[in-house]
Amino acid sequence: MTAPFARLSDDDLATCVHCGLCLDACPTFRVTGLETESPRGRIYLMTQWKRGTIAFDEEQVKHIDLCLGCRTCEGVCPSGVPYGRIIEAGRADVEDIRRPSFKRAVSRAALRQLVGHPGRLKAAGAATRLAQKLRLTSVARSGRMLPPLSPQYRAPEGNIAPAIGERKHRVAFLVGCVMPILYPQSHEAAVKLLQLAGCEVWFPPGERCCGALFAHNGDLEGAERLREANMRTYDAGTFDALIVDSAGCGAHLKDFYPALKGRVKDLTEWLADVGLPAPRREVKMRVTYQDACHLAHAQKIKKEPRDLMRALPGVDWTEMRHPDICCGAAGLYSTLEPDMSNLILQEKLDDLIATRADVVAVANPGCQMQLAAGLRKRGSTMKVEHVSELLARAF
Amino acid sequence: MPLPAGVAEALRRIVGRESVIDAPNDLRIFERDGSIEGALPDAVVLASSTDHVAAVMRVAAKHRIPVVPRGAGTGLSGGAVTIRGGIALQVTRMRHILEIDPVAQTALVEPGVVNQELSLVAAQHGLFYAPDPSSQKACTIGGNAAENSGGPHCLYYGVTTNHVLGMEVVLADGSVHWVSGDSADRVGLDLCGVLVGSEGTLCAITKIKVKLLRIPTSVATLLAAFPSIDTASQAVSAVIGHGIVPAALEMMDRVTVGAVEAHYHAGYPTDAGAVLLVEVDGIPESTRELTAAISEILTANHGYALREAQTPAERELLWAGRKGAIGALGRIKPNYYLHDGVVPRSRLPQVLSAVGEIGEHYKLPVANVFHAGDGNLHPNILFDMRDHQVIHQVEGAGEEMLRAVVELGGALSGEHGIGLEKSAFMPWIYSEDDLDAMHRVKDVFDGDGILNPGKIFPDPSRKAVHLAGRTGLAIEARWW
Repeated sequence: MTAPFARLSDDDLATCVHCGLCLDACPTFRVTGLETESPRGRIYLMTQWKRGTIAFDEEQVKHIDLCLGCRTCEGVCPSGVPYGRIIEAGRADVEDIRRPSFKRAVSRAALRQLVGHPGRLKAAGAATRLAQKLRLTSVARSGRMLPPLSPQYRAPEGNIAPAIGERKHRVAFLVGCVMPILYPQSHEAAVKLLQLAGCEVWFPPGERCCGALFAHNGDLEGAERLREANMRTYDAGTFDALIVDSAGCGAHLKDFYPALKGRVKDLTEWLADVGLPAPRREVKMRVTYQDACHLAHAQKIKKEPRDLMRALPGVDWTEMRHPDICCGAAGLYSTLEPDMSNLILQEKLDDLIATRADVVAVANPGCQMQLAAGLRKRGSTMKVEHVSELLARAF
Repeated sequence: MPLPAGVAEALRRIVGRESVIDAPNDLRIFERDGSIEGALPDAVVLASSTDHVAAVMRVAAKHRIPVVPRGAGTGLSGGAVTIRGGIALQVTRMRHILEIDPVAQTALVEPGVVNQELSLVAAQHGLFYAPDPSSQKACTIGGNAAENSGGPHCLYYGVTTNHVLGMEVVLADGSVHWVSGDSADRVGLDLCGVLVGSEGTLCAITKIKVKLLRIPTSVATLLAAFPSIDTASQAVSAVIGHGIVPAALEMMDRVTVGAVEAHYHAGYPTDAGAVLLVEVDGIPESTRELTAAISEILTANHGYALREAQTPAERELLWAGRKGAIGALGRIKPNYYLHDGVVPRSRLPQVLSAVGEIGEHYKLPVANVFHAGDGNLHPNILFDMRDHQVIHQVEGAGEEMLRAVVELGGALSGEHGIGLEKSAFMPWIYSEDDLDAMHRVKDVFDGDGILNPGKIFPDPSRKAVHLAGRTGLAIEARWW
């Protein structure tokens, strides 16, 4: 490896003017009150590491580990600090020099050996389904977090779902790695909506994990390899847009796949643009929405999902306090940093339950798992559904 | 200088093991606030209650250790910088809104409550908290009270001290007191008035009772472009000269508008020499009438491209641009030295042209974004701290700008406080007798000088350093 902290860009770091406007947008600052657990503090630390004015100190890596990577700070930063890019580079740099830990080694191995390989992941999904039937999963915390698994999502015959009615667009659809195993119903609803909107949906064969989970955990090289494999697949097809219904993947594709520039669209962004046909039935529910960090902050999409859901007949819309603050899920974070994740979740659940909504809509599988587990534990009957499922209720 | 033996343990017994930070590398992260100077604390202590604050203060008093209360650290005059080391007493965990009384229209809050959060919660009762510093997304009510913070809407509504009814404070000996309380008229000697704006030098604030106001039923926000700062300044004087006091009257120059547009896309005209943002509120009849009158005055004073926000979202966007303006300057250079001075409104054109000349003389870009209605200017000198040579230029330019302010009959600070940044300049406007009177007040509250030492009062040793051309800025430069 080259010089320490080679991936961190001094120019990126220097964009921070230390104004502090990000502090209260940061979930970890809100619960700890500590500068060291704030975006400004983390940037300051990484800046000193990069410039060699604070010696690298294993104890301080926890401040970097505790960042959710939610990028809420980016949305409020007037200086345009590219925080997402900084933290991913910083994490990758830290991985080179930090003391190895069993937990992180396992998660990295799981990513590289499992998530990066669709076949192995499918097998793991099947094994987990069996374990759930035998009630073996309740012994581990991460097992209790999991939703009850249905048979996983499968792309249709010939990898094409035809448009319903006139074919107006041809889109590619990201099936992804964990979504088809954890939440096949979200994909089913999303594809149905796309078909209703006049899209022919193509499922790129051989597509793998987009690499988001790798990049978020400091494995930029692993992410790079997946990007190369996926680009070969995408280059072989033609499509107007690549539709993504998982916010974390969408943000990663927009940032890391320059060749797809302008063609990666979140499902809600695309549907708001091309339009859905008139709803066929009422959705008589009180509905609220938890912004996915990587949709609201990384992709700056807040209005589209709300507009789509509020337009459904019968919906009684309500907003919670701070809907755009992270729920503490943040990919593998809830497993790697369970205590902080839970602190943040509890505040979120208070705000959520106060809305007395029947259903909270989400746009990312991590949020869905975290909120559902939290609500279940509190004995709440509130449902957690992907935006796609909620929209599909009207058709 | 490390803490005396046993003090860290004593502090941990008060607030808990995890709530005292004294690992040297972690302390570095607390060395600055929103300004550009920094200094290491010896410990950061996170208080969760008045009892914690009082007990920490007693330990500090016993060992004569400096204590610097700290909120979100967004201050711009170095108020939260531990220039003499000691304890940074962090109140960010004291973030509970204890009570909102919708009938009395008051709120009782802990010092770590974020300014905007209070207005957000009060809105459920149709109320809001008026002082709105541009950092309101992050800054705390405790910090606002300590600094007597202003904000765009203070032109009409008044600054923080006009909205604080009373406070619970901890004095340097660790004793806990209430000053004033329920009535808007602070009966007897106005001790609360003395403590608001004392910048942490007289007490630590642990609870604040504030006034809330009813959210106006009608708000109109106007944006107007002007060919130059001069013409915009004249328009400001003309509006106020007509007896109209808008809720807010803000100016941004061309440099600022360019930076803001790049981030917010608020539709500010980037070709203008200056832009005014004017807001009036009240009942619909009065805002309609005022908007018409103001539009006429602005047009008559070379205003063009007048635009009124048509929706709440549009209004929010216009304000987002203004409130994020300072941070947006990071797009031009990574650092800014934000000055704060106030002049009689009629002197705005003169002082701004002096500011422009000083910037040119030092070859430093300067962006102006400020509360024009109050004559409260904020020249921002833009630079890159990684260039160590430029620091002296920045420092010299800043001092000359303040000098121009004072020579035109102005004051050293409109709302950011004196802090560390401007203590050396206090003798420009205060005589020895004035300063002596202030010292005597300080002695009554904090005879041992443990509360936020090195702030407000000119420090003879520091001034000598300054004259040698080595202010804290130079110290800071070594760290970078």
